[in-house]
Amino acid sequence: MLVSYKWLQDYVDLTGVSAGELAERITKSGIEVEGVEVLNEKIKGVVVGHVLEREQHPNADKLNKCLVDIGAGDPVQIICGAPNVDKGQKVVVATVGARLPGGVKIKRAKLRGEESNGMICSLQELGMEGKIVPKEFEKGIYVLPEDAEVGSDAIALLNRDDQVLELGLTPNRADCLSMLGVAYETAAILGRDVELPETNLEPVSEKASDYVKIVVEAKEDNPLYSAKIIKNVKIGPSPLWMQTRLMNSGIRPHNNVVDITNYILLEYGQPLHAFDYDRLGSKEILVRRANDGEKFTTLDDVERTLTSDHLVITNGKEPVALAGVMGGANSEVTSDTTTVLLESAYFNGLTIRKASKDHGLRSEASSRYEKGVDPNRVRPAGERAAYLMAKYAGGEVLDGTVEVDTLTVEPAVVSITLEKINRVLGTNLEMNQVKEIFDRLQFESSVDGDTITVTAPTRRGDIKIEEDLIEEVARLYGYDNIPKTLPIGSATPGKLTAYQQKRRVVRQYLEGAGLYQAVTYSLTSEEKAAQYALENRHTIRLAMPMSEDRSILRLSLTPHLLEVVKYNSARQNDSLAVYETGNVFLANGTEALPEEREHLAGAITGLWTNHSWQGEKKPVDFFVLKGILEGLFAKLGLTDRVDYVKAQVEGLHPGRTAEIQLNGTAIGFIGQVHPSVQKEMDLKDTYVFELLLKAVLEEDTDDLQYAAIPRFPSISRDIALAANKETISSTLKDIILEAGAPLLKEAYVFDLYEGEKMEEGKKSIAFSLKYADPERTLTDEEVTKVHEKVLEALKEKAGAVLRG
Amino acid sequence: MQERLKELQAEAIQKVEQSANLKELNDIRVSYLGKKGPITEVLRGMGKLSAEERPLMGALANEVRAAITAKIEEKQAELEEAAVQAKLASESIDVTLPGRPVKVGNHHPLTKIIEEIEDLFIGMGYEIAEGPEVEQDYYNFEALNLPKGHPARDMQDSFYITDEILLRTHTSPVQARTMEKHQGKGPIKIICPGKVYRRDNDDATHSHQFMQIEGLVVGENIRMSDLKGTLEVFAKKLFGEDREIRLRPSFFPFTEPSVEMDISCKMCGGHGCNVCKHTGWIEILGAGMVHPNVLEMAGYDSKKYSGFAFGMGPERIAMLKYGIDDIRHFYTNDVRFLKQFAIEE
Repeated sequence: MLVSYKWLQDYVDLTGVSAGELAERITKSGIEVEGVEVLNEKIKGVVVGHVLEREQHPNADKLNKCLVDIGAGDPVQIICGAPNVDKGQKVVVATVGARLPGGVKIKRAKLRGEESNGMICSLQELGMEGKIVPKEFEKGIYVLPEDAEVGSDAIALLNRDDQVLELGLTPNRADCLSMLGVAYETAAILGRDVELPETNLEPVSEKASDYVKIVVEAKEDNPLYSAKIIKNVKIGPSPLWMQTRLMNSGIRPHNNVVDITNYILLEYGQPLHAFDYDRLGSKEILVRRANDGEKFTTLDDVERTLTSDHLVITNGKEPVALAGVMGGANSEVTSDTTTVLLESAYFNGLTIRKASKDHGLRSEASSRYEKGVDPNRVRPAGERAAYLMAKYAGGEVLDGTVEVDTLTVEPAVVSITLEKINRVLGTNLEMNQVKEIFDRLQFESSVDGDTITVTAPTRRGDIKIEEDLIEEVARLYGYDNIPKTLPIGSATPGKLTAYQQKRRVVRQYLEGAGLYQAVTYSLTSEEKAAQYALENRHTIRLAMPMSEDRSILRLSLTPHLLEVVKYNSARQNDSLAVYETGNVFLANGTEALPEEREHLAGAITGLWTNHSWQGEKKPVDFFVLKGILEGLFAKLGLTDRVDYVKAQVEGLHPGRTAEIQLNGTAIGFIGQVHPSVQKEMDLKDTYVFELLLKAVLEEDTDDLQYAAIPRFPSISRDIALAANKETISSTLKDIILEAGAPLLKEAYVFDLYEGEKMEEGKKSIAFSLKYADPERTLTDEEVTKVHEKVLEALKEKAGAVLRG
Repeated sequence: MQERLKELQAEAIQKVEQSANLKELNDIRVSYLGKKGPITEVLRGMGKLSAEERPLMGALANEVRAAITAKIEEKQAELEEAAVQAKLASESIDVTLPGRPVKVGNHHPLTKIIEEIEDLFIGMGYEIAEGPEVEQDYYNFEALNLPKGHPARDMQDSFYITDEILLRTHTSPVQARTMEKHQGKGPIKIICPGKVYRRDNDDATHSHQFMQIEGLVVGENIRMSDLKGTLEVFAKKLFGEDREIRLRPSFFPFTEPSVEMDISCKMCGGHGCNVCKHTGWIEILGAGMVHPNVLEMAGYDSKKYSGFAFGMGPERIAMLKYGIDDIRHFYTNDVRFLKQFAIEE
């Protein structure tokens, strides 16, 4: 809502309060003023001129040579390029030395050999937008009314010596979509009075009811419809003050009748519509829901197909307006109109919202209906418009208002105790302070002991409950004046849940291991949604996506980390390690919410170590990433519950992929991205993992328990085995540990050789074994005995023998 | 004989002094003091001496041996020290060369901000509550006093999946769910961080996915002044003790009264600059007293219980705090961006 500072003074005395000060006080008490525009900033030296002579420029077809009286000294010659300039016009002249917006300075000049002493201006040259300039002056200079005084300040005449406050209104303060609403608000803030506009009418004796009959079928959509008839109007321009006020509020002037309806819209917040009575083609207004498929051409000349969701004003048969949204081309006021039917109605906001949405038509009118108009202003707005039409369009207002009224208007009456106000706000207000705030707001109130009962005026439809009254008190008392305290009451322990705490540990561990945390989008494309999914269900698609790339909820994180790797690789960062924690979404039918599972994924690529001056360069490989995961599971106390089992995952290298199992159940994968995928995405060798973080974090871990540090030395024996190539290390290790129990405590691989020195189909794999007894020092003989058992078992169960 | 011994002593000492390394020194020791050495040989001739001379000569021989031995030991220590020095000299390194890098990653800046805020409120007795990102219309809107057709729903155009299911547009549904779970009993003190989604085209200041953190306190006798005090503690801890806060009235359907909180601009100290659009204040969050409808819908007696809620955007806070100019940086994951947030302030 744009609020003219000058116009506002019609209703509230603003003496001693500058526009800037007013803006700040309005902001602090509840409505954010987003800006204050000084309309005549950077403008000076602009006066009313009178074009005495106009002739064709001798050397230029499109220029005019004008002799203009500017009220000071002799008339001056001005060259003007506007097609509409003519002798006898009162015009806006920027005199020599004048300044205009955009840093324009007017100088004496010669144009094609002819002297020019100033410039005749268009409104755009004064800083106004073309779309609010009256159509007839949009492409040329602006012509002032004949009675404009030559030499006077044209900026004042055009109301450009004004400042406009731009209000950022929240949906609850629809009352301030009107000058009167802003006036009440301003008056409350300043503690001053509101003066209401003039509506005093002297109707002619003819009765409006003889001209029209009103029937409302859709009473829920339209509980109040009132019409006035104004005869003998003369369509012409509205007075300059009205036009300029409309323009300062961002509305283009058309003609006196239309301008008056728009002026009332701004003044009262009540949308009005003027029909050409003679073009209605009947003496009836029937308000009903449209029929499905019914066609109707709105006054922007667009044919629209209606449905039964839409409310229409008809002449008994055909629509003449899409109620509350836009009038029809068939009944629009034209320059030939002589009789006007003026509609002032109360429409249901939801109905209007639906129509305005369906047809993509958001008008000043529809947005006010949507947010709710003041039911008690419907009639006064009509009266005021009729009054202005009589005054400025020469009309005769017929006696009476024809209406259908099924609207029950009950102002909200709310009682509240002073104790409650102080309890909610944490203040120590006295009743007289509270009462005074409601007086300033012009809310009727009465005090009975500790209770104040407030009747909220209908213009403030947002006041319904006690809390609304508390807010009025708080904002007018001033939030700056409310004390600062902290909640009192029983203490609550603040802490993370075990899950949240472990998730933080996971992040810290991975970052300590060299991975950066990434955050990517949950919405993705159909193609990417299920890639690398741990579990595949049908995908969840948005009803109305903004693009195909962001249309499906993801089932995995890996594709997004690969995108991150690709993005960075393309920017000279081809050694990279990243991880992400985030939810994936599994469908649960169309009725239930999807199942959300928290996943953890990581990707590494390029060099893992690059000690340039030490000459060490080591690319990432499967075991770098596996080592990171092993460290993670160790940190979470899950080492003994996790296994890695060779597996096939689509999009991963078939020979370099493992399934990660927790207690024997698959929870994720680790592997190299398939070379063909790497090639397609232009990636170096990249290793990824993804796992069900939820399962890992929800796994109960054993309580920490101290184990005694061994007091006796252990004995180590290393063995190098010749084993079949396909025998995996974990098989050998399991055999060793089983056969060596209980003295054998540890066995780990320390060497692997698969080269040509080995017999065909064999590999050499070396283990280091550690024997110990917590109670005593082992003898060599004892160890040898067990060790022999181990070697025997290896030979028997896996055909692995000691290398000679 | 006596002269011969003196001669040998002088000769040996000279050789010792001239020896260049431990091996030469050892050779000298063996050749002079060994069983086949000249001193032993001289002593073999003692048989020819008189009984009086013999002990004298014996004593002299021992003196000579002791002198040579002492000299050798002295020289040995000297040579050993020199060897140590030489070894140390040869082991010298250029300490200005870079160390072996330890790979370390770090939190995403949004996580950094969120954890900082979480910890701050945990310190004030709050718990962290989380909820689904795909929500029922009921929890996202209706339970928050936003019935179907409410004009305020326009303020946050949403990604619907079905008529009843959508991507949550704020983390407020977690508040509604938490209150419901508490079955009308207090107190509740929670912080709800998480991802939210709105129908916005991604540009420098908009993102269809972003983070939100909301807070909720419900109890008996929770006052507006408590909200003001809590927010001040939060703002000063997060942004600095020298920052001022102010509350401005605002509107949210789920709170009444509703406020917005500004903090004084750090750039200009409140005098007005480009960062604060010449107002001296920067908007940080929205807040208010929980609307009685919201309390009642969640099963609380609004006559007995009251509460406050607040909500803020970690992206906006990170942008203000770190001077980031484009919200898309958070979701592009350029490592040159990510690695800038490694420092613990």
